[in-house]
Amino acid sequence: MLPFISLKSLKENGILGMNARNVEFIGKYNKRSLYPLVDNKLKTKRLAQEAGISTPNLFFTISRQHDVAILQEKIEGLNAFVIKPSRGSGGKGILVITSRIDDKFVKANGDLISVDVLKRHVTNILAGLYSLGGNQDVAIFEDLIIADTLLKSYSYQGVPDIRIIIFRGYPVMAMLRLSTQLSDGKANLHQGAVGVGINLKTAKASYAVLKQSRVLVHPDTKNLLDQIEIANWRELLILASKCYDMTKLGYLGVDIVIDEKRGPMLLELNARPGLSIQVANSKGLLPRLREIEKIKKIDPVAENRVDFVLQQEWF
Amino acid sequence: MIKYTFDFIIVSLIALGLFIAWQRHQHTQIPFVSDEKKSVWLIEAKLEFEADKNKPVLASLSIPDQIPGYKRFFEQSASAGYGFNIVETDAQRRAQWSIREADSKQTLYYKVQATEDENSQNTEDTEVPSPGKDIIWTQVEELALQELLEKAISRSSDDVTLTRELIKLLSSESMKESTSLLLSNKKRVNVINSILHEAGVKSRIAMGLKLEDARRNQSLSPMIEVYSGKKWVLFNPVTAKENTKEELFLWHRGGALVEISGGSNANVTFSMVKQNIPALELAKTNFDDSAFGLFSVSSLPIEEQSIFKILLLLPMGALITVFMRLWIGIKTSGTFMPVLIAMAFLQTTLLPGLVTFVLIVAVGLLIRSYLSHLNLLLVSRIATTIIIVIFIILMSSIVGHSLGFNTGMTVAIFPIIILAWTIERMSILWEEDGAQEVLIQGGGSLFVASIAYLVMQSSIVGHLSFNFPEINLIVLAFMMLMGRYTGYRLSEFYRFRDFKAL
Repeated sequence: MLPFISLKSLKENGILGMNARNVEFIGKYNKRSLYPLVDNKLKTKRLAQEAGISTPNLFFTISRQHDVAILQEKIEGLNAFVIKPSRGSGGKGILVITSRIDDKFVKANGDLISVDVLKRHVTNILAGLYSLGGNQDVAIFEDLIIADTLLKSYSYQGVPDIRIIIFRGYPVMAMLRLSTQLSDGKANLHQGAVGVGINLKTAKASYAVLKQSRVLVHPDTKNLLDQIEIANWRELLILASKCYDMTKLGYLGVDIVIDEKRGPMLLELNARPGLSIQVANSKGLLPRLREIEKIKKIDPVAENRVDFVLQQEWF
Repeated sequence: MIKYTFDFIIVSLIALGLFIAWQRHQHTQIPFVSDEKKSVWLIEAKLEFEADKNKPVLASLSIPDQIPGYKRFFEQSASAGYGFNIVETDAQRRAQWSIREADSKQTLYYKVQATEDENSQNTEDTEVPSPGKDIIWTQVEELALQELLEKAISRSSDDVTLTRELIKLLSSESMKESTSLLLSNKKRVNVINSILHEAGVKSRIAMGLKLEDARRNQSLSPMIEVYSGKKWVLFNPVTAKENTKEELFLWHRGGALVEISGGSNANVTFSMVKQNIPALELAKTNFDDSAFGLFSVSSLPIEEQSIFKILLLLPMGALITVFMRLWIGIKTSGTFMPVLIAMAFLQTTLLPGLVTFVLIVAVGLLIRSYLSHLNLLLVSRIATTIIIVIFIILMSSIVGHSLGFNTGMTVAIFPIIILAWTIERMSILWEEDGAQEVLIQGGGSLFVASIAYLVMQSSIVGHLSFNFPEINLIVLAFMMLMGRYTGYRLSEFYRFRDFKAL
């Protein structure tokens, strides 16, 4: 048996291909001028605050090489924090510090690093090593998210996040991403994270993949993946849906994390969300996207849009 | 509405391309298939000099007369405002330009077209002077010379074989002491010529041009001619090889290459292009004053033609890249890097190109991995990588040369900045996504580059793109069509393989 799918099956499953995504959805529904709103995490943060969407607390930013020298004073009193490039993509350049031991910092994977390593990391961020197009960038220092205990138990290190595709303001597909030892605590599927498809109506896991192949248990934590059910699902969908009102990007990937104390928070937005979500759900995106395209007038209220989707029968 | 406009543009681009190509074919008789044609060398001499203010200028350039192995059938001068004449004397032909007044930098062109012709022989006269006087030897040199000559005579049977042995001895290691004495501070051809005269052999120096397709800024190289009793035989003064017609185009012998009155700082460079034009129709094409004669690449100076010969291939390479990325779904590092690599391959040919590219990037990655420990800022790190790349190229050229490969020229063609960026991107990719991703993207780039190269170097593509530039309108149309392709990529049939058939 050849490891290929037939054209007929691709079509019948309604799978969205890369070319169709670029031309018919991103090209058609995402205005170029709006990209900076999502490509720049600082801008996204500001927008979210205005829209009343919660995001991880911002401690401070470093935008000049000159300020790297006083990093030590700036992080005085901060025990747990995350350093991110403002314009990074695909989770690149994110450094998580969970605690301090004497003058050393503890990374998410337990490694101890010195303040010099932190400084070098910030220098790299400023030089644009992790940012789109290699442009100069800003380093963001924000609060560490403590994952909700239930979800946390499924993930190996790292915080599990939920990716929801929002099309014209309507949620169309969702998946939960669990980091593994293989993915080095990162939540990217192509780096070896587990992708769990979440049924939009029931908030329950429907399917799960690791490196393209179906899995039933998490490779590191050994927890059964089909037991997963996300709490407060409707609220989560509403939060994601609101991101459309805030950015006006028609085809949007919304990444949400659930903090133990503060609940669902917007982590980042993506104007070019990947296609792997289809593999994680074992469902094609196209039929749903086509249904949403039929809607003539978009409901301006996020709650109504979410309720509309939850009542539909076409997924 | 937009849909129809798009279709209209595509259809008209294709129609226009086909129409112009057909018209050109009808008017100029340039065939669509390159096989039907005879290859013609178009050689252009570019004479540059500084004219003195307000003085009449007379410039003369020695030009080819009888060329062994070639037949000259068209020549032309392109120089605005100058009077032009060809003066023939017993010994040589000279192109003469004259003008009453000229100022500052002047550029004069002389073009000659020649086809390969096996029947064309060298001149038969035996008394053609050779430029430069024979060397007057010192006593010590005379001794060394005699020793060398005796050895050469003992190993040879006639004047031709004597010359060959002499050149070999001059290049050999065993006679190093006497040869280095003879060769010091003198031109090799002069030394050979003088020794031959000493031995009573009829020889002279000729200046020839190495013929290589699409070369610019070439200069003449000296050759030794020896009279065998029946005809003149040409020798390469370094390799001792007898000249075959492919190797050298005899430009002139005797007298100065350029003479200028009313000007100074004269400099002559040569450009050449191998053209494929049916010999029969050639004259017609050249004198054709229809629109196609004027608006064809062939109406440009050869120096520019050489550039366009390569440039006009680029659309085809880009089309291949678009196809590979959008239809097949091959990952490459950098959107159009494969085309640039393929362009470099055109000069290096495939296998040496692949080997040197992989070698340079691999060594660059090793050094770059050390650089990342130094904690340099990005811009300076890339600049550092550029310099390292230059040194790697230099080293590989030197090593290659001492091993007997002529890689120097070819390696230098790789765009250095592109290489430096490739190394930078690959090393970041390595750190973030692992070696596997580097192999996928690097391999993808090289694969696409190789395919693009194979298409671009095929004779039919080269012929059409150069002689029918309007074909590129069709390429453009296809490229735009592909930009509208929203179907699946071949790679996606693999990516979504686990979906169940419904």
